[in-house]
Amino acid sequence: MIRNLFAAALLAALCAGLITAGLQHFRVTPLILHAETFEGEGGHSHGAEAVAADHEHAAGTPEHTHDAVAATEAEPEEWAPADGFERTAYTTLATVLAAAGFALVIGAVSMFAGLPITFANGFLWGIAGFVTFSLAPAYGLAPELPGMPAADLGARQVWWVGTALATGAACLLLAKTRAGWAFAVAIALVAAPHIIGAPVAPDEPSAVPAHLATEFAAITLGTALVFWLVLGVVFGKLNDVFAARNSVPNGVPA
Amino acid sequence: MNTTTTSTGLQSLSISQRIIAGSLALLLGLTLLVGTGFAGDFRLHNGAHDTRHAMGFPCH
Repeated sequence: MIRNLFAAALLAALCAGLITAGLQHFRVTPLILHAETFEGEGGHSHGAEAVAADHEHAAGTPEHTHDAVAATEAEPEEWAPADGFERTAYTTLATVLAAAGFALVIGAVSMFAGLPITFANGFLWGIAGFVTFSLAPAYGLAPELPGMPAADLGARQVWWVGTALATGAACLLLAKTRAGWAFAVAIALVAAPHIIGAPVAPDEPSAVPAHLATEFAAITLGTALVFWLVLGVVFGKLNDVFAARNSVPNGVPA
Repeated sequence: MNTTTTSTGLQSLSISQRIIAGSLALLLGLTLLVGTGFAGDFRLHNGAHDTRHAMGFPCH
């Protein structure tokens, strides 16, 4: 039983994760790479100027450049996957692992709540996952490109997690009961994080062009919707298949 | 193996079986999400960087 849950979750995650990684590779990552070319142009790069300003020349100092000093002081050596195949491979792996994480979490919710994920309702699980983990957080924290001004990371992570928990609880409540009080509580749960308000990004200019940012927001939300619908429907289908196979004596087809 | 005709769908599981399966899945699932989406370690951050931006996790 536990094995079935994990097998269905991980296989569905592999399927949804690979499809999503493909969409990311062709539609999302090019925008990230493009935005990175503007990173540091919008008033964030103080490293080089600071180094140059602190540095006074004694009379008669030989001709020299500051590039090497500025580079090492502004960007400490840090591992990152090399652009090209390595970066794509890491992104694909990370997306599949995140997919497995989301699949296991909704699998756990299904177990705790006694709500099966089936082929028939997998679409609804997908919609709920999308609203909980993509749409509601994005309503307060718009999908963000590298180089765009953003509020404190810790505060944004806390708000993101809180919003996902509250929105997910609302979906779960409505899945269990459609009583009048449940609608009232669900609306309150969904609205609360937005009434509290997401951490506000500083009002700084960004060198990232607006059309890149709007394109990125629309494409990431669209990609997330595809991810969640595939995950929900495939997870449900696999649950049905495993349940049917185990209900047949000795695995012999009926 | 099981030779009787039993349904192994969720409805056939006892409460304790569901809690055990759910807890294990939740533990592993959250570990994967924290590692890919939230961990501050620069290797995890840089390896999963594009995924974090693409999936809407707060990044940077």
